[in-house]
Formats: sequence, C-alpha cells, structure tokens
Amino acid sequence: MENLIALLVAAPLVGAALLLCGGSRLDRAGHWIGSLFAVASFAIGAALFADMLGKSPEHRALHQHLYSWIPVGGFRADVAFQLDQLSMTFVLLITGVGSLIHIYSIGYMAHDDRRRRFFGYLNLFLAAMLLLVLADNYLLLYVGWEGVGLASYLLIGFWQHKPSAATAAKKAFLVNRVGDMGLSIAIMLMFTTFGTFAFGPVLASTGATSQGRLTAIGLLLLLAACGKSAQVPLQSWLGDAMEGPTPVSALIHAATMVTAGVYLITRSGAVFNAAPDAQAAVVAVGAVTLLFGAIVGCAKDDIKKALAGSTMSQIGYMIMAAGLGPIGYAFAIMHLVTHGFFKAGLFLGAGSVMHGMNDEVDMRRYGGLRRYMPVTFVTFGLGYLAIIGFPGLSGFFSKDKIIEAAFAKGGTEGWILGGAALLGAAITAFYMTRVMLMTFFGEKRWDPEEVHPHESPKVMTIPMIVLALGSVFAGALFSVNENFVRWLEPVTSFAHGHSPLSATAVTSATMVVLIIGVGIAWAMYGRRPVPATAPRGSLLTRAARRDLLQDDFNHVVLVRGGEHLTRTLVYLDHSVVDGAVNGTAATMGGLSGRLRQLQSGFVRSYAVQMLGGAAVLVAATLLMRGV
Amino acid sequence: MNPVYYLYLAALLFTIGGAGVLIRRNAIVVFMCIELMLNACNLAFVTFSRMHGNLDGQIIAFFTMVVAAAEVVVGLAIIVSIFRTRHTASVDDASLMKL
Amino acid sequence: MTVLAAAASTGEAVQFWLLGIVAVAGALCTIMLRRAVHSALSLAGTMIVLAIFYLANGAYFLGIVQIVVYTGAIMMLFLFVVMLVGVTAADSLKETLKGQRWLAAGLGIGFGVLLIAGIGNASLKQFNGLGDANAGGNVQGLAALIFTKYVFAFEITGALLITAAVGAMVLTHRERTERAKSQREQSIARIKEGKHIPPLPAPGVYARHNAVDIPGLLPDGTPSELTVNPTLRGRGQIRDVSRESLAELKALERRSEKWLGRESADEPEPPPSGGPAPKEHTEGAKK
Repeated sequence: MENLIALLVAAPLVGAALLLCGGSRLDRAGHWIGSLFAVASFAIGAALFADMLGKSPEHRALHQHLYSWIPVGGFRADVAFQLDQLSMTFVLLITGVGSLIHIYSIGYMAHDDRRRRFFGYLNLFLAAMLLLVLADNYLLLYVGWEGVGLASYLLIGFWQHKPSAATAAKKAFLVNRVGDMGLSIAIMLMFTTFGTFAFGPVLASTGATSQGRLTAIGLLLLLAACGKSAQVPLQSWLGDAMEGPTPVSALIHAATMVTAGVYLITRSGAVFNAAPDAQAAVVAVGAVTLLFGAIVGCAKDDIKKALAGSTMSQIGYMIMAAGLGPIGYAFAIMHLVTHGFFKAGLFLGAGSVMHGMNDEVDMRRYGGLRRYMPVTFVTFGLGYLAIIGFPGLSGFFSKDKIIEAAFAKGGTEGWILGGAALLGAAITAFYMTRVMLMTFFGEKRWDPEEVHPHESPKVMTIPMIVLALGSVFAGALFSVNENFVRWLEPVTSFAHGHSPLSATAVTSATMVVLIIGVGIAWAMYGRRPVPATAPRGSLLTRAARRDLLQDDFNHVVLVRGGEHLTRTLVYLDHSVVDGAVNGTAATMGGLSGRLRQLQSGFVRSYAVQMLGGAAVLVAATLLMRGV
Repeated sequence: MNPVYYLYLAALLFTIGGAGVLIRRNAIVVFMCIELMLNACNLAFVTFSRMHGNLDGQIIAFFTMVVAAAEVVVGLAIIVSIFRTRHTASVDDASLMKL
Repeated sequence: MTVLAAAASTGEAVQFWLLGIVAVAGALCTIMLRRAVHSALSLAGTMIVLAIFYLANGAYFLGIVQIVVYTGAIMMLFLFVVMLVGVTAADSLKETLKGQRWLAAGLGIGFGVLLIAGIGNASLKQFNGLGDANAGGNVQGLAALIFTKYVFAFEITGALLITAAVGAMVLTHRERTERAKSQREQSIARIKEGKHIPPLPAPGVYARHNAVDIPGLLPDGTPSELTVNPTLRGRGQIRDVSRESLAELKALERRSEKWLGRESADEPEPPPSGGPAPKEHTEGAKK
C-alpha cells in the first residue's frame, strides 16, 4: 500500500506538468484533465484511508522511502513520505475539497481565456500541499512549503492585468518570505542540534535537548506558521490575497494552505510540549489573531474580505488550540477540517453570488438575493450556521471544544483565553449574521436594469451542496464517541483538560454569546435598511476597515524605517567604505606617482641604486659578523 | 709582505671599476669597467686559492673568465645593434624603458 | 718555489708595490680618459699586470690565459668594436644626470671602505701556499678538478659559450628584405638621378697628400666634400690642407715673380705655415 503514497503527489504533479507545458493544444480539455488528476489523487487517498481503517491504530502509519536526495557526509536528506493519521486527515481534506473546487472552477472560470493555465496552477498547488503534509522530514516539508507559496503567488496574481492583483501577489509572496526564513533557520538549527531533520528522530529526542534551543526552534516554527497562516504580525497579506479568483480563495486561502501553520505546529508538537515559553507565544498569537480577524471581518463591505477576516480569526482559534498542547491538538485539527468544509462552502457561495452579480463584491450593493439564487442561499446559510456554532452543526462541536480547552488551560491564563475565545465567538456571530443579512435579506440595493441575478450552473452548485453537507454533518460524525480524537491520538497524543467550568456551562455560555452577537447584528442590519454607501462610522470601524491599521503600521515602521536604514547605510557606504577604498587607491596612486620618478630610464641611475643596495648588503654582513 | 695586500688591491680595482660604470656614458667604456671589476674578483679568487692552499679558487676564476667572454660577446653584439639603429653608443640615450 | 710559500718574499713585495701602482693607474686611466681607445689600452695594461700577479700567486695557467685570452682576444674584440662603432671622437666627460657623479663618488668610496674594512677585519693571517696543490703541476691540478668535481659546471659553461656565440650572431645579423642592387642597376639609377654620373673623385687631388682622409682640392683651392668617405667626415677625421696649399701656391708665385724681377712691394711675406687644421691632427698635418 505504501507504494501508493508517492502517487498521491505524483498525480497532480503530472497534471500540472501536462497543463503548463502542453501549450494551447490542451486549451479545450485542460479543465477536465486538471479535475481528473485531482479526483484521481482523491481516489488514491480514499483507498489508502480504507486500508488504514482496517489496521489497528498503532500500526496505521505508512512509510515510503523513495531515494536519498542529498547524502553528504553526516548530512542526509531523503525523499521519503510518511502517511499517518494526521497526514491522512490532511490528504483527504486537500484532495477532497480540492477536487470539489476543481469541478466548481470548471463553471466559474468558463469564460476565462487562460483556464488551462489556471488548472495547471491548481494542480501544482495540490502537489505541493500534498508534499508538505506527506513529507517525513522538515527539509522535504520545506520544499512543499515553498511550493504552495509559489502556487499561491501565481494564483493570487492570476489576473495579472489588474495592478491590484499583481501587487497583492507580490505582497503575499514577500510577507511569506519572512515566515519561510523562520522555517529555514529552524531547520538549520534542528540540524545543528539533533544532527538530522527527519520527524522521527527530532521529535523523539526533544527530552534530551536544552530548553533554550527548543524555545528558539519553537519560536522560529511559530514565525513560519504566522507567515503561512496569516497570523499577527504577518497577517497583512491575506486580505489582499482576495484579489485572486474566488475558487483560489476558497481552496488556498481558506481551506488548505493557510492551515499549513497549524499542521506545522501540531506536527512539531513534541518540540512545543518541551518548550513552554514557545507554547505560550503560540497561544498568545492565536488569541490575538482570533480577535483581530474577527474585528476586521466586522467592518469590511467586500464580501470576500469579510470572509478573509473570518478565516484569519478561525485559524487564530486553531493556532490557539494547538498552543494549548495535548489537550488542544486534536481539536485544532478537528476545527481545521470542519472549517475547511464550511469556509470553502462560504467562499464558493460568495463566488456564486459574484458570478450572478457581474463580479460585484460590495455587499452594500447586494440585498434580497435569496429569491434569485435559492441553492446558493441554502448552502451559504448552512455554512453560516456552521461557522457561528449553531447547535448540531459541525462548527458547534469543534469550536465548543476549543473554548472548553482554553478554559482548561487553567489559572488566570485559562480565564483570559476562554474569555477571548467566547468574545471571538460573539463577534463571529455578529459579522457572519451581518454578511448573511446584507447579502440575502433586506431590500434590493442593485439596479435591476443592469444586474440580472441568477442561479449558477450545476457544475458549481453541486460542489457547494457537497460542502454544505460536510459542514452540517462532519462535526457530529467526529464527535460521536470522540471518534476524531481517538483517530488522531497515536500521532498527537491526547489529554483530557480539566476545565474550571463544566462542559454544560461552557456550551450555555457559547449559546448566550451567540444569541447576543446575532441579536446585535439583527438590530443593526436586519431591522433597519442598509445604506448603499458606507456611513463614516466610529473610530474603531474606520480602523477596522483599514485592517486595523496593519498596513499603515507596516508602512511607517518597516517601509519608512527600512528606507531610513537604507539611506544611512548608503551614506555610510559612500563616506566610510568607499572613502576608505578610494582613499587607499588615491594614496597608492599618489605614492606611485612619486615612486615612478625613480624609474628614470637611465641605466646608470639603476646602477647607482644597485651599488647602494650592494653596499647595504656588505655593511649588513659585516655588522652581523661583528656582533 | 703579507699576500693579503692582493685583496686590498682587488677591492680597490673593483671599486674603481664600479665608479667607472656609474660615471661613464659610453657603453663600450662601461663594459670595460665591468671587465675591470671581474678581473678584480679574479685576483681575489686567485689570492684566496693561495690562502687556502687548494686550486678551487683558480677554478672559479677560470669559470669567471669563460662567463666574462660569453658576456662580452653578447654585450658587444647588443652595443653594435643599438649603434646601428640609434647611431649612438651612449647608455643615457637608451632610456625608453621608463614610465 | 718561494713564491708559493705562506709569506711573500721581499722580491715579491717589491714587485707588488711597483706593479700595483701601475695597475691602479691603468684602472684610473680606463675610467678617466676621454677616448675609448685609450681606455681600452689602459685596461689592457692593467690586465697584463694582473696576469703577472696571477703568476706570482701560483696560478700559472690563469696567468697565461689572462694574457692570451683576456688581453689578447677579449680586449682586441673591444678595440674592434670601438673601431666599428667609430667612437674615435672623444667622449664628453661632463655629467648630464643630476647628482650622479656625487652619488657615484660617495657610494664608490663608501663601498671601497666597506670592502677594505671587511678584509682588514677578517683574520687572514694564515696562508697555506700552493706548494702541495701545485706539486703535480698547476695545469694538471686544474684539469683534475675541472674534469671531476666541476665537470657539470664546465659542460654548462660550454653550452653557455655556444649560446652566446649564436646570440651574438642573431643580434648582429640583419636580414635583407630586398635583393641588393646590381652594379648595372646602380649606374642606371645614378644616370636617372642626373647627379655625379661619373665615379666620385679621388681624395688628395691637387693636395700635397693622397691619403684617404685628405680631401681633393677644387680649381679654386677649396676642398671637395665628394672626395672623402662620409664616415670619416662624420667622425671629424678629415685633414683639410686647402689653406696650406693656397699659401704655398702664393709663396711659389711670389718667388717666381721675384725671380722674374716683377717684385710688387705691396704684398707682404706670408707666414710659412698654413692656417689652422683640425686640432687633433695638427701633428700629422705637418710635413
């Protein structure tokens, strides 16, 4: 069975190569080829999953060694895959959601001239993402990590004729570089510390390593996770990444790639467990981001950017849960999977709305769309109920567990984290209700003369329906008998947290904040008509519209600071470095100008100099003898 | 008389030859002065031979003569060819090799 | 022989002091005389003195070689070149490089003092003499050393000599780039040119001598440039006798007039000797 693992990666890679190198001959069939390879990858994943279920939990992990990549002295990098329960979860999510979104894109990108190229990039992304989650060592993981960064760059800037898209792609790439640098340094540090970077030996020997080293590695891994998962302080690229086509936002910037940070932290759980300081930093980053993203999501009128804020916030939940240690890993992954379903569904719904509204993204120009696109309304609504944590739907189960685990952290810390998670849940309820109300309810704020809202074709609605079903039932399925926790336990280890509040109390509190959030939103956007142009708003609203001034902060501190630093360096370079170099050259030049006077060309002058030298030699010899 | 006086004479002749090299401009005379210096050396070698009581010094003097003969042949050939092209035998006129 | 003993005999001392003075004087003349020929002759004198010193020091072979090869061959080679290059005109002894003479004097004296001080400092009291070494004959002794201990150096000097000979030939050889003109072509070219169609006039015509360095005289008594070799003219080695001849001619005319009784009182008796000839050759120009 383990020989199939490489095929998982190879299938979409072959698809990408075929589509990107095949040229315009494949234009007419490119989307089918791309989807075929994605579905093939999913089929292989499903077969492996079935095989895995048939084994006992301890013997489920598969390993495939392809070849030795860089064997140099003590340095040994292998191309080897490891398929355990954690990887399996990701494989199914990536290939499953990926296949659905491939199919959806057939309809969504139907009118785009460069559809073949788009599918090529999507396949490339799938291959890189699968490599990331299947790698059995950090170096190969890094290859996948960079690969998804490249695919993300290519897809955000897919409509490169728009300057905003090109800029957003560049921004995403550059911000990601910061995180990637963290990962590469972490890998180097691992090699110097452990002498290897394969998961097995590294994670097994954390007990015998100094606390400082582990904390450093943990913080660097956190930096990497921040970059890829758009966590504070490297979060600024995600909002702009919505410039890409909506299927891309759904697949890469909601369901899969942005969760790579959570995967990294969960995978390196042993490192974080042994480094409490790094773990505390992870929790802090998660808590701050979940509130940050939620606040940003409240103020955005662009439907995709509102959803992007929501994504940031939900990943904040996952990172926080992952930072809680063994009591949280499983819930982080569980929320990751359910989030993959409902957020992909929400994005596809948003894409469907845009598809019917002439690519309008401003929610203030929507309104009352439920009658015109009923399928989209129902699937989007189910996703909405799932994300706010409506009882019985998948978000309810996964988010509730995270809040519970946050309280279980214990002490003041636990109360702060739990409070933040509850507050986040309330804000989530508020902004998602706002999106729902502004889009599908209220009166029409669009011009019926110009816009003719209509339901999307079947090829788009069927993936949405499948994802909606997932967002309804996944949570319950995972929670029955603690299915998901027991599934992951051999990999991530699991410990029951002891919450100061009972499970019932936490659930009740969640329900209360949910009702408050929905109520406020209803009061603000449901009862009153929504103005077609945004009101000026309070200071916080205006700041949130500007992404809580994150770009301004970056500009003032990093760009300006960088400019000043550069100018200083240029000045120093000119005056000190160049001064020294030029000064040396000038001194040498002047000196040689004087010295060359000795070269008169008169052989008799040279003879005098020779005789002088000979006299000195004789004198020296005599002196030496005399001493 | 102590034979060491021969050495003083050799030193004196050598110095006179050296001074001649420095002072004279005629290349041929310069060459003669070099010959004078070589001869002074030969005298010293012969004296040393007598001092040590073996013939090695004379051998060295003999080789010096051979080398001097070779040097004179080449040197005079150079002087002749320079004279042919530049119509002068002054060493100061051949001063192109300078900056 | 006593000369081979450790200490030199009184006779050798006398010889040393006499000939040593000659050697130093020759060396000084070499560097001070303005004419290269004189320098070469002075140097030859010094070398002969040195040859005698070699003999006195028991280096019989070297002494003879010094005379035969050095003085006889190498110095003659020098003289050849002096003649070839034609530097019979005296060199100017005026110094052209600034400070060169002072530097040379200072360094020369300093160097000499250093050398002599060094020799004086060295403990050179013991002279073994060559009595044993020369017991089987000086030449035999040298040969034994050359062909055993110094055989490689000897072979290499042989190679050096051949190289030097080839080098001298290469340096002085001039490749002709075009065919030499035949006599016929030369005469045709001369006629085309239109000047000096007949052969050049011989030297000494109408002059008192017909040596090559005396230009022939034209009918008006002035010397003709064409009659002497341009090389001699370039060296300034021409003896101009035109004024002498004119003066003698005049004296002859006067005597014949006197003889004929047509004495003219207005013309005074001219000086018996001619006008100033080229300085160097005044002696030779006298009859």
